[in-house]
Amino acid sequence: MKDMTDDIAGQVIDILARQAVRDPADIDPDAALETLGIDSMGLVEIIFAIEETFDVSVPFNANAPEAGGYDLTTVNGVIDAVRALVGARGA
Amino acid sequence: MRRVVITGAGTINPLGASVSETFEAMKAGRCAIGPLDIRDADRLTAPIGAQVAGFDPAAHLDRQTISLTDRFSQFALVAAEEAMGQAGLAADPDLAPRFGAVLGNSGGGMETQDDGFRAVYEAGKARVHPFTVPRLMGNAPSAHLTLRHGLRGPSFTVSSACASSNHAMGQAASLITSGQADVMLTGGTEAMLTFGGLKAWEGLRVMSATGCRPFCASRDGMVQGEGAAIFVFEAEEHARARGATILAHVAGHAMTSDARDIVLPDAAGAAAAITGALRAADLTPGDIGYINAHGTATAANDRTEAAAIRAAFGPEADRVAVSSTKSMHGHLIGGAGAVELIACLLALGEGVIAPTVGWREADADIALNLVTGQARTARVEAVLSNAFAFGGMNAVLALTAP
Repeated sequence: MKDMTDDIAGQVIDILARQAVRDPADIDPDAALETLGIDSMGLVEIIFAIEETFDVSVPFNANAPEAGGYDLTTVNGVIDAVRALVGARGA
Repeated sequence: MRRVVITGAGTINPLGASVSETFEAMKAGRCAIGPLDIRDADRLTAPIGAQVAGFDPAAHLDRQTISLTDRFSQFALVAAEEAMGQAGLAADPDLAPRFGAVLGNSGGGMETQDDGFRAVYEAGKARVHPFTVPRLMGNAPSAHLTLRHGLRGPSFTVSSACASSNHAMGQAASLITSGQADVMLTGGTEAMLTFGGLKAWEGLRVMSATGCRPFCASRDGMVQGEGAAIFVFEAEEHARARGATILAHVAGHAMTSDARDIVLPDAAGAAAAITGALRAADLTPGDIGYINAHGTATAANDRTEAAAIRAAFGPEADRVAVSSTKSMHGHLIGGAGAVELIACLLALGEGVIAPTVGWREADADIALNLVTGQARTARVEAVLSNAFAFGGMNAVLALTAP
């Protein structure tokens, strides 16, 4: 049985794959979102999908992307951010 | 070609309920941005804005007009009253067919929409107010100006998001220069500070929760405002024949499209609009003493606008004074260019350049002669007012001193 954290990774990759119009199996966890063809507006849509899927609020202002405290520039960065936000929600 | 002059101005906006109050606030560098006092503000992530505080429509309008109008039309009616009073004009039977109204607006009657949706979806009611449609329709404020002042010439509302007012005023000037009208009420109005309106903007992740700091390295997004500004545009020979006081010449305008992206701005399109306005006005960069920038305080707009001014002005970009008054009155969206034209009249008429307040530190990507903190006195003979909208729609006006 998959644990909760693997499930988060899988769901995040599914969201990113839909945005990038690719198969989830083709999403390299080390990839930068930019190399997947995801631009700033694509990231805004991804954050919306994450917030709806995981019932979290992602601190993100497109004018100051670093200010939210999470690195949302790579696949692994997004997965780590969602794990932290889901963990904080459950705490 | 016929020339166009401004013979009346009126406004109600977060800085004041008249042009003179707005002038004083701009001279003092007063910021009207603060915590939003609207229903459900506690559920907003960026609960700040610039409101027209304490607006009482009953102090200005009769009961029937209030019943038929959304806040955005009420703002337009109040501002137009002041402009018409200053111009000293009445649309008598000879003039009425040659006198129209073209306004800019983006959202329509947002308060009416919010109230209607709340009634049917949230409260589960079976009906909305009977005047929901005439209140919310985008052409309502223009229509009410024709009703109030008996204008029978061309009237409509222009919608190009944040450039709506500049497109409207450019269109009004063109109606006069082309001979289709002699006098036009023009400008813009917006009342988007509703829960639904602000939630829509929140979605784009471009709103600031800390304040509007255009061109500042610390800027983190836009802050909305509301209000209206209305002007009387008049054929110069018509104004001179009746001995009217001329506030400024509408020397030229230009409109361009980026054809690049639905939200991200493009310096080439903006620069083309600036250059086009200069050419239409028969001016050179060296003639311009002040640029009222679009200056939204988003990362993208301000960087792009600085590059566009640089591209259009060349070395003169080091000299020309630039400010964004959105730092004081917020971003009025479809009403932005209209309220910002008041800052242009202040520069031309009183030699005062309104400041970009709240600015803290230079951004290496923005090399402009910014007027920050406090107003600056200067002799200004010609100005530009920039507006660059979502949709890649750009409209720039050039005014000259009378």
